[in-house]
Amino acid sequence: MALKAADLNVGDTYTECLVEDLKRTQIVQYAGASGDYNPLHTDEVFTTEVAKYPSVFAHGMLTMGMTGAMLTNYVGDGRLTKYGVRFTSQVWPGDTLNSTATVESIEDGLVNLNVETVNQDGVKVLSGYAQARVD
Amino acid sequence: MAVDRFPVEASHIMMFARSVGDDNQIYYDADYAKGTEPGTVIAPPTFAQASAQFDPDYFLRPKIGQPWFGSGGSPTGIKKESSGGGGGGGGGLHAEQHFEYHRHLKPGDVLTATNLPGKTWEKEGKRSGKLVFSETVTEYRDQNGELVITARGVGVRTERPVDQ
Repeated sequence: MALKAADLNVGDTYTECLVEDLKRTQIVQYAGASGDYNPLHTDEVFTTEVAKYPSVFAHGMLTMGMTGAMLTNYVGDGRLTKYGVRFTSQVWPGDTLNSTATVESIEDGLVNLNVETVNQDGVKVLSGYAQARVD
Repeated sequence: MAVDRFPVEASHIMMFARSVGDDNQIYYDADYAKGTEPGTVIAPPTFAQASAQFDPDYFLRPKIGQPWFGSGGSPTGIKKESSGGGGGGGGGLHAEQHFEYHRHLKPGDVLTATNLPGKTWEKEGKRSGKLVFSETVTEYRDQNGELVITARGVGVRTERPVDQ
């Protein structure tokens, strides 16, 4: 269902839980589907012993992809016109992510949203914007 | 990434949607999709990134018969130490990604992707030393030569692994 401009107000929010207790297997799934096989995301031995991180971590694009599902659930299918993010902190196996879209402006049949995804400690892992067509 | 031929296929869209935990049936079920506003299966918003699968030179995919830097019998398959970038793992980290949708992708589209030169800049980071950012703009065009998605990615190489 698409959004109606008449029903939207600046400051309206929409929140979804994207994932609870992120599994390494989901990160592997994303590697396989996206084609990004960087061992930093799936190879614990390489990541801890060579790259010196505490464990594998999610692709930024996995977080962006999961956040995108929240957005399309909110604005409707095929309605996004822009979507951009900065990756502000790494996402680790075991993380639980919640994502919120906040209405910033509504004009000319478009809604501009602020987008933010946080982990279970309230740390922002993704920060960005989206724009979508509204009725 | 530069790609000569990126065929958008329904099974790839399904696998991609699963991997990002998106159960919207528009990505899985062509009959269901007929009743939606787009009227067809479409691709999730970040699907263009999967063009990596069709980039023959993509360096984060093991190539048949070539060394791979992930672990095997030892922690890395590359004998010499990788140069610079403690955050390493080949290619550093992804800092930003932006998409502009001129229309949404659907199965049957056959795309090309062309890279335009982007900016490079440096910054001193608190948690990882010197940061070198580089930007790539990618234009995805369909089988009719129409621009369908403009993507802008920013990668960052860190001096050392990001402090936790």
